[in-house]
Amino acid sequence: MVKKVFPKIYLIIILALLYAPIIFVVIFSFSNTTNFTFPRGFSLEGYRAIFTSSHAEKLVDSLKNTVIIALISSFASTIIGSVSAVGIFYMKPKSKATIENVNQLPIVNSEIVMAVSLMLFFTTFSFPTGWLRIILGHITFCTPYVILSVMPRLMQMDSNIYEAALDLGASPIKALVKVILPIIFPGILSGSAIAFTLSIDDFIITQINKGAATGIDTLSTYLYSSTRSASGFEPFWYPLFTIIIILVITIVLLVNLNKFKGKGKKKEEEV
Amino acid sequence: MVKKRKTKVIELKNVSKNYDGKPAVDNVSFSINKGEFVTFLGPSGCGKTTTLRMIAGFEKPTSGKIFIDGKDITDIPPHLRPVNTVFQRYALFPHLNVFNNVAFGLKLKKIPSGEYFTDKSGNKFEKLRKYTKEEIKKKVNEVLKLVDLEDYEARDVSSLSGGQQQRVAIARALVNDPEVLLLDEPLGALDLKMRKDMQIELMNMHRKLGITFVYVTHDQEEALTMSDTIIVMRHGVIQQIATPKKVYDEPANAFVADFIGESNIFSGIMLEDYKVSCMDHVFECVDKGFKKNQEIDVIIRPEDIYIIPKENHAAMVLAHIESCVFKGDHYQIIAMVGEYELMIHETNEALVGEDIGIFIKPFDFHIMPKARIINEIETEMVSENVVDICGANFDCNGAGLLGGAKVLASIPFDKITIFDNEEDGQIGGEVVNTIYKGSYYQCIVRADNYYIFFVDTQDDWLKGDRVGIGINPEDIQIKELLDNKPE
Amino acid sequence: MQKNILLTIKNKIKGFHITRSVFAYPYILFLMFFVIIPLALILVNAFLAEGKITFQNFIDLSKDGASLKVLGHSFLVGVVTTGLCLIIGYPVAYILAKMPSGGVLVILFILPMWVNFLIRTLATRAIFQAMGVSLGEGTVIFGMVYNYLPFMILPLHTTLSNIDKSYSEAASDLGADPVTVFLKTTLPLSIPGIISGVIMVFIPTISTFAISQLLGGVFLFGDSINDKFNHGLYGVGSVMSLVMLVFVLLSNILLKRFNKGEAKSSVW
Repeated sequence: MVKKVFPKIYLIIILALLYAPIIFVVIFSFSNTTNFTFPRGFSLEGYRAIFTSSHAEKLVDSLKNTVIIALISSFASTIIGSVSAVGIFYMKPKSKATIENVNQLPIVNSEIVMAVSLMLFFTTFSFPTGWLRIILGHITFCTPYVILSVMPRLMQMDSNIYEAALDLGASPIKALVKVILPIIFPGILSGSAIAFTLSIDDFIITQINKGAATGIDTLSTYLYSSTRSASGFEPFWYPLFTIIIILVITIVLLVNLNKFKGKGKKKEEEV
Repeated sequence: MVKKRKTKVIELKNVSKNYDGKPAVDNVSFSINKGEFVTFLGPSGCGKTTTLRMIAGFEKPTSGKIFIDGKDITDIPPHLRPVNTVFQRYALFPHLNVFNNVAFGLKLKKIPSGEYFTDKSGNKFEKLRKYTKEEIKKKVNEVLKLVDLEDYEARDVSSLSGGQQQRVAIARALVNDPEVLLLDEPLGALDLKMRKDMQIELMNMHRKLGITFVYVTHDQEEALTMSDTIIVMRHGVIQQIATPKKVYDEPANAFVADFIGESNIFSGIMLEDYKVSCMDHVFECVDKGFKKNQEIDVIIRPEDIYIIPKENHAAMVLAHIESCVFKGDHYQIIAMVGEYELMIHETNEALVGEDIGIFIKPFDFHIMPKARIINEIETEMVSENVVDICGANFDCNGAGLLGGAKVLASIPFDKITIFDNEEDGQIGGEVVNTIYKGSYYQCIVRADNYYIFFVDTQDDWLKGDRVGIGINPEDIQIKELLDNKPE
Repeated sequence: MQKNILLTIKNKIKGFHITRSVFAYPYILFLMFFVIIPLALILVNAFLAEGKITFQNFIDLSKDGASLKVLGHSFLVGVVTTGLCLIIGYPVAYILAKMPSGGVLVILFILPMWVNFLIRTLATRAIFQAMGVSLGEGTVIFGMVYNYLPFMILPLHTTLSNIDKSYSEAASDLGADPVTVFLKTTLPLSIPGIISGVIMVFIPTISTFAISQLLGGVFLFGDSINDKFNHGLYGVGSVMSLVMLVFVLLSNILLKRFNKGEAKSSVW
């Protein structure tokens, strides 16, 4: 009996440790202090500060930048990634393996090394600082994930599908648009979602490539500079964290639960 | 009955296809008549599917020309060819329902509209239009009726059974009114009963529609049942083109005989016209025109062998019954004629251990010239008295030939040893085929440089196995080739 | 002549014989520019000092006691963090793999991964501050373990739950007690998961940027690389990046060797 309970207790302890900081932040987002006490009981002061603080403008600005960068770079990497996934899929085995290995590099490489290598590249070839560098950097690390998410769709596809379309009178372009594209579309969709998430989440690539003088900040770089600023940690951060945490957790849970539901359904159908 | 005028619908002239230098189809020429049901038959890797794909346009021949209706279509892309294909695993579009799968080709097609226009230079053109929704609907419904899937338009293709998917694939091809329907092992993924039913349905469809069917299969029974003409292929080379009956009764060589139906194959010698020697006996046959004492293969179908009492004066040879197994509609009997094993199909049971007499009608001895009587390899000397054979070097009696000299090396079938372990032989290779020849096996091994060795061995080697090929240098005969002076 | 070329191009585009692999060409160019050339620039800069190709940067780094200390220290922190993650994470993955609902529960363990790491780090810091724990070495390691534990659990869980149950059943059928079963079958079979977990934790830990500074003012290798580049010391910075790159490549070769045919673990 004891044996059966022990593993569960262990899991609960680890879960508690994992979630403690998150829960802690959520609770103290209502205290409007940065020293984690409740001098005035629960208050929504911190939440109000998101809009009213003297730094609110900067905050909204960085939020806007984050979203714009994520939209542009995820859109670009989705297009590039999907098109090239099809191309790579139909390459000869040897060149295919080479490209797939190079494509892995941005994924496996340590982020800091990738960030400084891009910085070196941009400086050496005098790319204008700011938006261009940030967005190119984001496309570089997002596109491989799009390819990895489209590739399995192509591999699961019946190898004769494309030929069947040609056989029925579709030109090569029509066959791609009318047959291959719809089949890989779910992969493209999840690839773009991954790209968007990664771009929003990124800190290191942006921090190192944004250029100090441009004043462009995303949410994470602004947060980082805020932790180091002399004026201290703004009271709106914990409320903002709370919102982000709840948002992220809800989305990830929904996506995953949906996946499990889908799997269950399929099994029922098979029976 | 009016005899159909035979017009060629497909013609291949000297078509070859190489993949990375390896020949998949080797100088193939044939023609197919309108309305015919033609089957490409052969083991996997024989080039039958590649040939079909070249007709469809998915592969471009390395050399040679393909004609449809007399027009050279070698360089025409597949979507502009008047043929449609039924694929091995159907290749249905998973994102479309049954109706849209079938309507796919119709939606893309442009047909003459009956209206004309004249361009600036005065040329008159007929305008093209697309099918209307109603026309498409009508055509799809018709073809779905043909394949017995009338009420399935809205169904998701993934929810259909294998047999139903197969029908959708056929409907999707047929709805475009192709001149030729290409079928690439379309029944391979179905279970046995389903396959039999579909065979009959396909034959009915072929009769009803009157279009040309080109069918690819490795199943000899399927080919024999369905086709008007069978094209037997091996190693990218056509072995025989004939009607099913002819392929069965008069196989062109030992390979065809072995591949189609069960048969006894023996090495023999044609003593003179109408007289053949095999199994250490001399028999009367109906063949003539061979050279005196030419080495040949003799093929006898098991059902053409009669068991009679040994005292009967008609008994040609005596045999000893080794085994007798009931096979559902006949007994399969193995009898020994001296050291030769003879397979017999009989309706009556035979007693194991009994001595019997054997009778075979003269026209049931099928005599075929041997594909090869010795392994001959064109190669060159590496240095004095060292010859290169498939990448390995052998010391030989090269009669003083110097390195670089072009030579013909010959090795008898029975002087080659096959090893289980690739490293034990000098040359690595893969077993392509093994044919039982009554008292020994003739094994065909493809070396890694694609030279094909014939080997007589006591063991049955499994097709596809990697093996080592061993040659005793003393057994290699070297002859200088003089007719290839450098230019 | 030109017309001829145009014609062939036109035929290529019009005909079927346009190869679909053409679609990969723009991206190949992109990879060339934004992945290969930047990494090559690191290599070049590592051997470049005052416009000459030398080993000067390597010598400089070998004499730079502070940087070497950071490297050694990062290595130590990486090893300790990875070890702790493995010790804590393996039982979690093992228990989850044995539970019927483990496939769903594991999501709870990797969920925090999706929250931005700066937010997670600052949340950990907040807890330490609230509890009055002074920031230092200990808090850095705790924060690292907290941050990277999900990266250990995920591949371990994937591997462990893919191990066919019949292996351990066969082992116990042959007379092995539960401990022996674990040591002789489950553990060896989960080595690919262990290796990929170790790499997924170790590489980001030693090259971590910002986390250690926020959690205890500790400077690790990632910060050090950034610092060198910030101070215009491109040569030495490149050498350090090169060291990191070698780590990454070596570990991936190791991973590939052990992970042949192993399904990639992913949250999506």
